[in-house]
Amino acid sequence: MAVTEVVAGLYPAGIEQEKIAEMIKEKFPEQVIDVTNFRDQVAVIIKKNQSFSILKYLHDEPTLSFDHLRDLTAVDWSNKKEVRFEVVYNLLSTKYRHILRIKVQVPENDVKIASVVPIWAGANWHERECFDMFGIQFTGHPDLRRILMPEDWEGYPLRKDYPLKGYEGDKDWPGFIQVIKRSQELKEFEWHD
Amino acid sequence: MIKMQEPEKIFETRELNVNMGPQHPATHGVLRVVLDLDGETIVRLTPYVGYLHRGIEKLGESLSYFQALPLTDRMDYVSAMSNNIGYCVAVEKLYGIEPPPRAKFIRTIVGELSRISNHLLWLATHALDIGAMTVFLYCFREREWILELFEMICGARLTVTYPRVGGVRNDISKEFIDHLVKFLAEFPSRILEYETLIDQNRIWLQRTVGIGVISAEEAINWGMTGPTLRGSGIPYDIRKFMPYDAYDQVEFEIPIGTAGDTYDRYRCRMLEMRQSVKIIIQCLEKLPAGPVMADAPKFVLPPKDKMLIITHPVNEIAYFIDEKACKGCGMCLRACPAKAITGEKKKPHKIDQALCLQCATCFVTCKFKALKIVPGGKGQTEEKLVELAAQPVSDELKQAQEALVAHFDFIKKGPKVPEGEVYVATEVPKGELGFYFVSDGTHKPYRMRVRSPSFIHAGCLERLCKGHLVADVIANIGTIDIVLGECDR
Repeated sequence: MAVTEVVAGLYPAGIEQEKIAEMIKEKFPEQVIDVTNFRDQVAVIIKKNQSFSILKYLHDEPTLSFDHLRDLTAVDWSNKKEVRFEVVYNLLSTKYRHILRIKVQVPENDVKIASVVPIWAGANWHERECFDMFGIQFTGHPDLRRILMPEDWEGYPLRKDYPLKGYEGDKDWPGFIQVIKRSQELKEFEWHD
Repeated sequence: MIKMQEPEKIFETRELNVNMGPQHPATHGVLRVVLDLDGETIVRLTPYVGYLHRGIEKLGESLSYFQALPLTDRMDYVSAMSNNIGYCVAVEKLYGIEPPPRAKFIRTIVGELSRISNHLLWLATHALDIGAMTVFLYCFREREWILELFEMICGARLTVTYPRVGGVRNDISKEFIDHLVKFLAEFPSRILEYETLIDQNRIWLQRTVGIGVISAEEAINWGMTGPTLRGSGIPYDIRKFMPYDAYDQVEFEIPIGTAGDTYDRYRCRMLEMRQSVKIIIQCLEKLPAGPVMADAPKFVLPPKDKMLIITHPVNEIAYFIDEKACKGCGMCLRACPAKAITGEKKKPHKIDQALCLQCATCFVTCKFKALKIVPGGKGQTEEKLVELAAQPVSDELKQAQEALVAHFDFIKKGPKVPEGEVYVATEVPKGELGFYFVSDGTHKPYRMRVRSPSFIHAGCLERLCKGHLVADVIANIGTIDIVLGECDR
């Protein structure tokens, strides 16, 4: 019940991102496909087979200690890249203040990847959203359902082949039409006319 | 957590399934919560979100970086200014530009004002949910004051869209600073007023102390950010971790709690408001002079006073189609919003001067340079216009025309961005608001992702509520400070 005020900036600036990428390369030599750097943000692209162990290593290794999963999302590269999907993890360590981005390639014919909920509990809803929007299956997820879209929605809205206005175009969503119909049926029971 | 002693089994009981919402009494948005109850204890809690889903991420992919800015204040409408700043900081990082120092300080000021207004609304509704009506009225009195300040600088109260990529829309006035100083002098005493009402209030303490307890490790594991996380004792604040705008030039402290319960989170937010006041005062003291827009002609809009409509008012110019150059392609004819252009295919078109709005759409659309801007206003004869069009264009008008074309290109297409990706987070009142942009080298984002704190916090609701009583659900929804517009995007 006591609230104290602290001046942050108490921590060392952490390890440089490129060095962390090197560490991953050493530990998992065959898993790293590429390391990119844009605007001082390093991204490590890895294969999906051992993605879970790599992320677990990043979380558990005491010198790295990536305890905060800032963001989990996916990118649909459609025809632009050989592998269609990329699942992106943005990580940060609140202990050491370093950041890293991990990108895992997920091919279209096998849209499955290991869930990271056992590592970061907060990944639960991120992964559900990712499944909702891109149709990526997270194996081992405790409750993989649609989250933002209605449960009977067809298609995955954030995929590039999904039209902006939806498959129905300007027409109303069938669920909405049903609701309108039902409300008209129930109108006769209204108190006021 | 309340632990019930196992009673002697006299008769069979079963779990009760209760629907809360979609119109939740707390109206933080439209949230539906399904509760499985054992007596009055919560066994399972399932939040359903998505009622306010507008597909902002998908929309963002179809708009240029400049156009998507107003979408961001429709996310967290309680602190729209902070959302705008978050978006602008992210796009600036992608562009590789820096706003000028004055713009940075102004943004910090409005960002902190937005933080205060958000916390006031949070406190008001949180107290109202728990049953303290008075605080609500007090908080809204000050919130109104802040909204009036916003109105003074940008004309809008809620959906402001005041910060721009590369700076802010306009400079702040002397009048605004005077009012702000008055507010800052008065506000700390008002915080005391709220605290007098609830800080030691027995009902308030009973409803908040020991409710929704979450340890530091667990809170960070659940992805909590902002005051919700700091209540548990982790001083993770992006303003300190990765300073943006002017936060590296001001001094402030981060309040952190110890117990990680609803009361500590409440205290954190109260102290944060005081820190915000401190930050704004420092910003006002250090506020440098200078421009408020970055000097990057490719990435920001040209200044308003250099535009054609200002340098050459409507009654000084006229639009005219050169018959020799016009190929009759019909482009301008289709583009004209006033339908002032007539003509057949492959024959020179004509502008009806009476209908012409002088919007310059035709001028920018024409690919054959057949459209001429001539001096002298609308009411001129045909012969005179032909004569004027044949004369060489003055330098001043030429410059204005070039600016016009550049402006049109910027609005219609937007600047091209190098291939790459950035994830930039800012500290909004609710936590960490992250924007993840993937650019494929065109003028639109290939992927725009919004990491909204409310979404993650709503996901923690089950963890916070399990084992508590039904009445504590309300306290827990309040304490994580969610706005469903941001949650559903």
